[in-house]
Amino acid sequence: MTTEAPAFAAGFINNQGPKLITGRFTIEDSFTLKRSLATGGYDGLKKALARPPADVHGEVRDAVLLGRGGAGFPAGVKWGFCPEGVWPRYLVVNGDESEPGTYKDRLLMERDPHQLIEGCLIACYALGLSQCFLYVRGEMALAQERIATALNEAYADGRIGRNIMGTDFSVDIVLHWGAGAYIVGEETALIESLEGNRGMPRLKPPYFPAAIGLYGQPTIVNNVETLANLPWIMNNGAEAYKTMGSETSPGTRLFAVSGHVNRPGVYEVEQGVTTFRDLFYGDNFCQGMRNGNDLKAFIPGGGSAPWFFEEHLDLPLEARPVGAAGSMLGSGAIVVMDHTTDVVKACLRLVRFYARESCGKCAPCREGTTWEEKVLRRIYEGQGRPSDLDLLEDIGDNISPGPYPVASFADQDLEAVPFPPKQTTICPLGPSSVAPISSALRRFRPEFEALITLRDSIAVSAAPIPEDA
Amino acid sequence: MSDETSTGVEITLNGQTVLARPGELLIDAAERMGTEIPRFCHHTRLKPVGMCRMCLVEVDTGRGSALQPSCMVTCTPNMVVDTESETVAKAQDGVLEFLLINHPLDCPVCDKGGECPLQDQTMAYGPGESRFVEEKRRYKKPIPLNENVFMDRERCILCDLCTRFAGDVAGDQLIHFQGRGAQTEVNTFPEEPFSSYFSGNTVQICPVGALTAKPYRFKARPWDLDETESTSMVDSVGSRISIESSRGQVLRLQGVDSDAVNWGWLSDKERFIFEAYEHPDRLTSPLIRNPETGDQDPTSWDHALEAAAGLLAGTDPDRLAVIGGARLTNESQYAWAKLAKGVLGTDHMDAQLCDGLPAHFMLGLPRATIDQACTPGGTVVLMGPDPKEELGALYLRLRHAVVHDGVTLIELTPRATGLTPYAAHSLRVRPGEAAEVVRSMFGEGGVAPSGGITPESAQAAGALLQAADTVTVLLGRASLAEAEGPVMDAALALHDRLPEVRYLSLLRRSNVHGAIDMGLAPGLLPGRTTLVAGRTNLAQAWPGLPKETGRSTQKTLEAAAAGQVDVLILLGADLLADVPDGDLARRALGKVGTIIALDLFGTATVARADLVLPAAGPTEVNGTFTNLEGRVSPVSRQVTPPGTARPDWMIAVDLADRLGTDLGFTSPEEIWQEITEVSAAHAGLTEQLAADPREGALATGALALYRPEPTEVARRDAYSFRLVASRSMYDQGVFTAHSRSLSGLAPTTCLAFEPTDFASLGVEAGQSVDATGPRGTVAVTVGPDPRVAKGTAHLGFNQAGATATEFIDASVPVTDLTVVPR
Amino acid sequence: MSRFTELNARRAHEIISHYPRARSAIIPLLHLAQEQEGWITNDAMTQIAELTGATAAEVLGTGSFYEMFKFHPVGRYLVNVCTNISCQLLGGEELLEHAETTLGITDGQTSDDGLFTLEDVECVAACTEAPCFTVNYRYFHRATPETFSEVVAELRAGRNPMEKGQQGDRGEIPDHGTLSRTLQHIPADRKAGIVAPEEAAQAPSWMPTETGENA
Ligand SMILES: Cc1cc2nc3c(=O)[nH]c(=O)nc-3n(C[C@H](O)[C@H](O)[C@H](O)COP(=O)(O)O)c2cc1C
Ligand code: SF4
Ligand code: FES
Repeated sequence: MTTEAPAFAAGFINNQGPKLITGRFTIEDSFTLKRSLATGGYDGLKKALARPPADVHGEVRDAVLLGRGGAGFPAGVKWGFCPEGVWPRYLVVNGDESEPGTYKDRLLMERDPHQLIEGCLIACYALGLSQCFLYVRGEMALAQERIATALNEAYADGRIGRNIMGTDFSVDIVLHWGAGAYIVGEETALIESLEGNRGMPRLKPPYFPAAIGLYGQPTIVNNVETLANLPWIMNNGAEAYKTMGSETSPGTRLFAVSGHVNRPGVYEVEQGVTTFRDLFYGDNFCQGMRNGNDLKAFIPGGGSAPWFFEEHLDLPLEARPVGAAGSMLGSGAIVVMDHTTDVVKACLRLVRFYARESCGKCAPCREGTTWEEKVLRRIYEGQGRPSDLDLLEDIGDNISPGPYPVASFADQDLEAVPFPPKQTTICPLGPSSVAPISSALRRFRPEFEALITLRDSIAVSAAPIPEDA
Repeated sequence: MSDETSTGVEITLNGQTVLARPGELLIDAAERMGTEIPRFCHHTRLKPVGMCRMCLVEVDTGRGSALQPSCMVTCTPNMVVDTESETVAKAQDGVLEFLLINHPLDCPVCDKGGECPLQDQTMAYGPGESRFVEEKRRYKKPIPLNENVFMDRERCILCDLCTRFAGDVAGDQLIHFQGRGAQTEVNTFPEEPFSSYFSGNTVQICPVGALTAKPYRFKARPWDLDETESTSMVDSVGSRISIESSRGQVLRLQGVDSDAVNWGWLSDKERFIFEAYEHPDRLTSPLIRNPETGDQDPTSWDHALEAAAGLLAGTDPDRLAVIGGARLTNESQYAWAKLAKGVLGTDHMDAQLCDGLPAHFMLGLPRATIDQACTPGGTVVLMGPDPKEELGALYLRLRHAVVHDGVTLIELTPRATGLTPYAAHSLRVRPGEAAEVVRSMFGEGGVAPSGGITPESAQAAGALLQAADTVTVLLGRASLAEAEGPVMDAALALHDRLPEVRYLSLLRRSNVHGAIDMGLAPGLLPGRTTLVAGRTNLAQAWPGLPKETGRSTQKTLEAAAAGQVDVLILLGADLLADVPDGDLARRALGKVGTIIALDLFGTATVARADLVLPAAGPTEVNGTFTNLEGRVSPVSRQVTPPGTARPDWMIAVDLADRLGTDLGFTSPEEIWQEITEVSAAHAGLTEQLAADPREGALATGALALYRPEPTEVARRDAYSFRLVASRSMYDQGVFTAHSRSLSGLAPTTCLAFEPTDFASLGVEAGQSVDATGPRGTVAVTVGPDPRVAKGTAHLGFNQAGATATEFIDASVPVTDLTVVPR
Repeated sequence: MSRFTELNARRAHEIISHYPRARSAIIPLLHLAQEQEGWITNDAMTQIAELTGATAAEVLGTGSFYEMFKFHPVGRYLVNVCTNISCQLLGGEELLEHAETTLGITDGQTSDDGLFTLEDVECVAACTEAPCFTVNYRYFHRATPETFSEVVAELRAGRNPMEKGQQGDRGEIPDHGTLSRTLQHIPADRKAGIVAPEEAAQAPSWMPTETGENA
């Protein structure tokens, strides 16, 4: 049976299916230590502390817990990249959730901060991390408040800090919040920001901050949702975890479905089992398009993901097939557009986002995204020129030569990291701006052209823009 | 299969197998192989950031070919690189187009036009036309970042070079990126200018015309410039420079990358000092004192030389002295040493102005080069002046060594320096107490704190020294109110405890090390040899050599004050400004029979001269220079001296001629030839210099270690403050004062105290007190300064506000002051 | 002179004590300064530079990268309307237009009474609850022009509008600058030890060493 979740868990929909990380979302005071403890909170940590750290790491590796921040790299494998014998090591929790369409980490932080804290502690124990920073997006005041309260409670209760729960294990967790910059979600920019700097991504290699990260030390950066899975895995084991979802994408994931569906919301969904069609049209899920409209396009993994269309509806919610089809599940943000959608406008809005959020470090992204926005705006406002569409594609090509890079499915080895990167930029933000343009242009070119020819039919103002000046 | 070996890394570059150096960046390796990869943000002396993306090339390390910034990629074995593929060309074309869309393209009015990488690369790699039709970014036109550096933000391509230089190299992160994305700009904090001694470097490395320097703005177009490479004579670092001129006027000095010395950087003083050389106040003709009016009247060279020869011919060599000469090239110094010692027969010759350390002492210490001092992982002891204030380019090398190359720095200085933030131990040492502090560092000083330092902190520093493989001591006079003796004692105290210790001289005055090597010191002859040891070798070339060791400047001044000097020759020596004991200098000048001064400007000292001979400046002469390492490098003439001013060596030759002696040379080249013949220290340098003038050649050789009698320093009583007098980058020195860009930067000094000491005085900052020392009582304004050590008082030397020379008595080793509010 | 108050100076030191390097506290201290004054003054940045060992130019360089920091006075209430894709699809731009009319200001402007500053912002992570706006970073989900007008009216009347805001987030809307109303405190006796990385170069005690022994 499906029930609407209570209103305090804004947007969360308590559909059928296993609840690994949203189990407490329907409890009003789920964010308190008292309620957490009463519902099995910190049991996973207790189990972990009873085992050697390497064992805990092994369990996570066996569970094939894929990162939920966007790239989908297996957490257990990433943890293994910490160089041996180099101390101290740090954990940085990526709670900067800012990808257009993404809404899940905020819920996890607001509704169940102790679950996240428990996850952090398990990771710190497994890897010998001596301090953890919880980097919460600056705009999320309530999440900050809930986490600060939870940390204070947990410290007072001997669950964080020196000799946790009477063991040798000691670690500090510090709440830190950002100040408004999407790029800070990129893990090396996050580290720069945490060091007090402008949040500009670092150069790769090293490909993972696990090698060189915060203060030049080995640093694990994990997404909030990734870490929130650890208590369940510790409590139930990797085997149990793998009975859910698919072989290459075990467990569940949170998907935020927004846009033109009847019941937008955040769903905890078994990976690989459910399809987009199920999600959009299923009674258990979004219950169809609003007003029974037709689907025009949907974004399967956040603003940076290439768009999908009708023909992709039967793909399962699983990283590998989605990647093979030319997009990505990214941050679990699905944006649904019905046939009334003005794609030029939608495209312009997404590109404006990247232009505004470019950190400015590399020329192609800094200049290219602003230029893309200007050209799109001109088209949208009826001032486009026929050559503009080719221009847009070529600008895109100069930011992201060749096919748009899709976060490839991450297997268990390093080879699976998207390499070589098809980009003239340092990080994927610049290339992300190309995704909506190339998607929309490929499918809806006539809509762009219609706006451009419209211009010719409107009396052009006194000083027309010269053609191909 | 090739592997990384010590000889190199085999890579394939555009189809050819080439050998890169281990750890070398692809962009640098390719350049060495003759393949130029375009770039904007790359600089070999800065950490790579890979921001501009201009240097993208295709790199295949076995996982498929990818566009990679070659400024970030280190060459690895079997890497396959294509810098010319279609993909590369398209990417570079695209990046350039991106960089140009917001660039104003105001090349015709831009100072950088003609030497602009953006312009050049647009021609070579760029798109033919811009497809950008929107409005460009607009900013308020040039904003001053400081007095001399201006910023045109719309021209900026955000390559991070200036900001990286300011932070990583100079340590003055006073300019920074502000804003984000396309709104990013480089700027200062509001109302807080880019006050850095090194700001001019940002102008030099800016790849576009965004940063310009006031002295050069709108002065010339690069294609009108003639340039020559030379050595800076501003201080004893001997930075390599290029002198750039147009129509006989120097318009700009730029740093040149000498690997051993300045890495391309210059202090602003080195960069902008040329304005003084070009100043209309330069002396342009000889002057002679009119016995009737007392004025210095212009005269002809003929008459002036005749008069000088007449004076000198009849003077007892023992009543004749020569002071100064650090401003001169090695060749001019040699010519004057030969004239004074070999012809006139006086050994009363000293290039130092009581502000250095004895030449024979310096020549007796084992020496280090800058590179040796900066060896990664090494240990350095600073026991001398603040390099940031006195030897700017050396400061940058030292800072790099400590901050980026893991060099351990231990300071034994009376006041915090520019390097203090990076020091492992920074021990404040009061003048006169350094040797004691050294003893306590090695656990020999009992428990009593010495120099205001606890034995524990001193011993912690000492332990580091004992554990170090090699230690380099940066040695000089940290305070001009402390005599040479205590400094030598401290240097020897380290020498006796550290078998492998080496010294890098921080004597600062221009070519003072050339002067030492050319024998412009009592008891010395050219080639780091003594009057006694070098006599036979030189007997033929220098027939008139005196027997006895002569007087130092200090002794000469004392003799002069006692009426024992008839003729005093000043080779660019401004005694009234530079001799710490001002009273002695005044008394000496008042009693000398006749003063002959060779100089560029009519300083207060020159105004006392009976005969003034105008000399050529550093950009107007050929020759060589010797830096603080003993490194000889060429000085090149780029413009002609004003009026009838002549090179100093020529004046010596002409004067000898009037005295009936042929010095044996008529050009700097011939002088150099003679130097290499008579000086073992310089033998064989000619070939090395010819092969690599930029890196220069090290003169070698040393004297036996000299051990003076230890200096007794009286205990300071609890009511007095020990005076520390030190120089800062800008002061009232004659060159700074005549450089329009620099003169305004000279600070005003006051008597400064450690803040708690200051509080105990019970006066307000800026108030005036009566300070009483060995030379009497002087009214002086006071203030607190956290850099000052407890129990000391600091005064800037040769600065507006207070005159340190009023307090200093050269006959006592330290100067203690008592202070009474007025 | 807008330096930290005595209380905030103490808080500043506590914040700095949470980091292995003081410089990491720059962003939290900028928030603290903004909480005190409503915006960030030059004096505040100068003081933060002193506290963290950075230059003022670096503090401004960092601060100006982030859009939440305001370097000029803004209204007591910062009203952010999301117009990014999910909100746009469900009327975010229309909501923004309504906000402009209601407040009489456009993006980036502050109302004459100093009460409101309006911003057209990027995705605020409430996508399934579109369209959405925030007031001093307190969320108002599934907003309509009517709810917007009501919230503004309440604020103008000096009343708390959170009744209409995100369920579960109760209490007054603090003035611009305050984010979390609770701050983290680490009790001295619980602190595991936050030290500079060079002082923690050993494996933590619970990690087995190479030989399998506990360190
Ligand atoms: C432009 C950009 C923005 C990103 N934003 C976020 C974000 O808001 N939250 C997040 O968890 N990961 C984000 N990521 C991904 C992170 O870089 C990183 O891969 C992730 O935090 C790793 O955690 P995981 O392995 O647990 O997924 C972003 C990446 C890029 C390139
Ligand atoms: S791609 Fe954009 S966001 Fe990423 S580093 Fe470059 S400029 Fe910054
Ligand atoms: S020179 Fe390599 S990215 Fe700029």
